[in-house]
Formats: sequence, structure tokens, C-alpha cells
Amino acid sequence: MLNSSLHQLSALIAAKKISSVELTNEFLKRVKAQNPVYNAFITVNEEMSLAQAQAADAMIASGKGHPLTGIPIAQKDIFCTKGWLTTCGSKMLSNFISPYDAGVIERFNTVGAVNIGKTNMDEFAMGSSNETSFYGPVKNPWDITTVPGGSSGGSACAVAARMAPAATGTDTGGSIRQPAALCGISGIKPTYGLVSRYGMIAFASSLDQAGPMAKSAEDLALMMNVMVGFDTRDSTSLQRAPEDYSRDLARPLQGLRIGLPKEYFVDGLSSDVSSAVESAIAEYRKLGAETVEVSLPNTKLSIPVYYVLAPAEASSNLSRYDGVRYGHRAPEYVDLNDMYQKSRAQGFGAEVKRRILIGAYVLSHGYYDAYYIQAQKLRRLIAQDFSEAFKHCDIIMGPTTPTTSFPLGEKSGDPVQMYLSDTYTIATNLAGLPGMSIPAGFGNNNRPVGLHIIGNYFAEAQMLNAAHQYQQVTDWHIRIPDTLTDL
Amino acid sequence: MSLTLDDIKRVANLACIETSETEAAAALVHLSGIFSLIEQMQAVDTSTVKPMSHAQDVMQRLRDDMVTESDQRELFQSIAPKTESGLYLVPKVLE
Repeated sequence: MLNSSLHQLSALIAAKKISSVELTNEFLKRVKAQNPVYNAFITVNEEMSLAQAQAADAMIASGKGHPLTGIPIAQKDIFCTKGWLTTCGSKMLSNFISPYDAGVIERFNTVGAVNIGKTNMDEFAMGSSNETSFYGPVKNPWDITTVPGGSSGGSACAVAARMAPAATGTDTGGSIRQPAALCGISGIKPTYGLVSRYGMIAFASSLDQAGPMAKSAEDLALMMNVMVGFDTRDSTSLQRAPEDYSRDLARPLQGLRIGLPKEYFVDGLSSDVSSAVESAIAEYRKLGAETVEVSLPNTKLSIPVYYVLAPAEASSNLSRYDGVRYGHRAPEYVDLNDMYQKSRAQGFGAEVKRRILIGAYVLSHGYYDAYYIQAQKLRRLIAQDFSEAFKHCDIIMGPTTPTTSFPLGEKSGDPVQMYLSDTYTIATNLAGLPGMSIPAGFGNNNRPVGLHIIGNYFAEAQMLNAAHQYQQVTDWHIRIPDTLTDL
Repeated sequence: MSLTLDDIKRVANLACIETSETEAAAALVHLSGIFSLIEQMQAVDTSTVKPMSHAQDVMQRLRDDMVTESDQRELFQSIAPKTESGLYLVPKVLE
């Protein structure tokens, strides 16, 4: 049961072989037993989860079920969830019971999915290892001495350790794909604008995008069908005709042109990741795909550009935390300005403060053109690289991360080294393109490797098709860590 | 370009984050490392490139000028640090 796919669980529920209450209890029991080891959840609320499960059972009984009705889904703690503590991994919001639901949460509620708990994450989604969380780091189920990746580390861990069949994540520079890769699961960041950002606590608004994390591409498609949709309350939400993201899963890959960016297979890529990715690409050739070398010449600039633009947007977004209407307020202060200064100093962790300072600096008088405008110009060049590459291929593939998961504490003292772990994922956020990571074998010490799939705008169904076909001929995505002996 | 301790204190003040001498010194070390990465941007000539502020080339939507939110003051104030008679309380600004 705990190891089943969304499709299998959905079939069991539809056939009335199991009720949502029974299924929810199974997963709650699992979370209770395993979470002390992994720290994947910040909040679990059995009462509220079970109330949702009961409502789901009533929905099914009245014949109004949807494929995800009654199925437990873990929600990243970045999504405002009415009546639930919603912390964004920060002390600043450690007392914030959300008075409303995010657009994404509403969509899951509408189909009767069950919220199984709020997952741990890097503070305000700023991090690549889940070590910046106010609630402590998450452990990687494949090796609990290593990081699960971040910022959606709790969601990735929850799925990998079978505490939830699927989860939500958000991705500003790789925060769905990098933890998916490091935890051996599948995750997709859709085209910017497809999933509502309403009620999704903002980090860098022009880059933030929510997406699903699950065991397989087939399950991701099911989640996408629920998550994607226009929302008038998000000014950048795109108004498009609804799509069935499962529609192309079965399509053969004959003739698919896979672009391999030459800049992705050079220095900085560890040899174990490189050989796993090359084997995956060889598998694609066997499936009938062709490979073609492409070039993304400005790849190296994506990290510098990102670390100007994302902090600039963050410094503006996070100025709302002032200790007045919600969130942490310092217990003692002498005047209004002192209250702001102390509340923010106490409420934010070191990495969040660093990024606010960078942002305030690059936006300040005298530096705006040299940093912010220059970064925006380079952002265009990076986006143009992709449109040029997509003239020669249908889809782009490479490694999701330069290495497999690294030991807890190894990079937490050195921000620059930490930032470099998102070297392959950031460019797609800058361009607004969809990106995905699927399990593609193991590197040294039996740690998972992720294959990165980048599609053109709105090519999610095609990417899911490519991933699903690979998952029909490989079994990396159904492997589980040796430590999960009870499964 | 090299950052100074004064730069750190200035932006910390702009960002309304109280920063001790020790924290400012630590931030200087980290931010200097990050800015040496950022400086790579300056090597590229972008004089003919238009800045890209957003991933999708779309216009902001307009909506009818109608009330869409209901009054939820009590709910919203129930999570506020300090309120009184329906107002958010902050330290006195005017004497």
C-alpha cells in the first residue's frame, strides 16, 4: 500500500477496496513512525487530515470522485493552508495559522485530495540542502548522513521514504528538481505561469513556480491535471485551454530529437553522475530517439544572473515581514523602527538575511544599472540560447545536479559552493521553461542520480511522455532505499 | 569592486535588519564571495540587449473596478501580534 503509485491507490479507492480514511490512517501511521528519523514534516494534523478523508469518502459514495479523491498528498509548507500552521520554514512565520488557502491547495481540496501534512523546506525556499530551515535539516532516505536537497527537501524525502504517495513543491532555481534528483524521485517544474502563485509564499516572483513531486512520470501527469489552471488572483497566471497531461504518455519515442548541451558535460560534473546520465541517454537511443549536440553558450552566467535577480525580488517580497499584522514580533523594542529592525533580525535566518542584503545592495542607488539591469539583459541572452537550441531538437537532456547528495554540513558554511549545486537547473527558471528530473541510476555510495529533461514552453506532456517511456524500460524509479526494510 | 563593512551596515539599515558588528563582519566575508561570482556578469557586452524582466511576454490584466473581497477583519486580526478595538497596534510614532 505505502509503495503503491497514485494510479494504483486511485483504482483501489474507486473499486471501494479501501476507504480514504483507512488509507489516510496508513500514511499517518507511517509518518508518525518515520518522521522522527527524517524530519520531513513540519506539521502533521491527524484530526484535519481525517476530516478531509471522511469528506472524500462521502464524495466517492455520492459518485462524485476524481482520480485523486481521498488520496493523501503532502503539501510543501510554502502553500498557505487555511487553519494549518504555514511557516515557510521560518521562525518569522512560526506562529502563522493561515486564514486562507493558496490556489494550489484549493485545487486539491476541490477534487477531495487529503492533506497528509506540511513538509519541511529551506527557509523561504532559499537553499539547496534543506539545512536553512528553522525546523532543522531533513535527512536523505538513501543515506541519512547526507542532505535531501532543497528547497523542497521535505517533500522529496516524504515521497522517497514512502510517507506520502506524492507531494507538492516549488522551484525558483531548482527547488523541485534538485531534491527530486538527490532523493531518487520524479519532479516537474512547469512552464512559468501555468500553476497559480496565489497564496504560495513569494521568494522571487518572476521565477517561482509550483509543481508536483512523485514516484513516476505517470503520477506527475495526474498531479499536473489538478495543479495547472488559470487563477485571476495571480497576475502572471496564464489563461489557456485545459490539457490532459497524461494524453501522450504511451506515444513511442521514435524520431524524438534530444539535444545534449555541450556545456553540460564538461568540468564540474562528477564522473559517477556523468556515466549514469550517459547510460540513460543510451537507453533513449535504444527507444528510437536521436541525439544532437546543442550549445547553450551563456550557461555559466546563469548563476551570477540568478544571484542578482532572485535576491533583488526577495528583498522586495520579504519587506512585508514587519511584525505588524502577522508573524514574529520582537518581545522588546524602544520605537517603531527598532521593532522592525529587531523583529526582522530575530525572525530571519542567516541565509535569508544574506539574500535580502544582496538584493538591497543591487537595487540601491548607483548599483542598479551595473547589477540589476545587466542581470536582466543577460537573462534575455540565456533565454535566447534555449530558443536557438530548440530549433535543432525537441527536448534537452543532461544531469540535474553536478554531484549526488552531499554530507550534511559540507556546504552549509560556504554559500558559493552551495549555489553551484543548482548550476544546471537555474537557467530554465530564468527562461521560464519547464524542467523535470527523473531517477536515472545511482552514483558512488548508492546515491541516486537525476536525469534533467528541459522542454520548450508548454511541452510538459511531451516531457512526461519521454520520462514515462524511459520508466517503462528501466526500474530506477521504483527502487527504494535499503533502510526501508519494512516495505 | 570590493564591499566594505560600511556597505554592509548601510544595506542592513535599508533592509531594516538589526545587525551586530560580528554579524556584519561575517556577512562581509560571505557577500564578498558571492559578489566575486556575480562580477562574472561584467565581462559580457550587453549594450544592444534589451533587459528581460519576465519569463512570459504578457501584459498585466485589468479587471472591473468591483469589490471582490469580503470583510474578514476579525479572522485576519486573530493572528496579529497586537490589536485593540479592531486596530493593529504599533509603538507611538508621533509624540
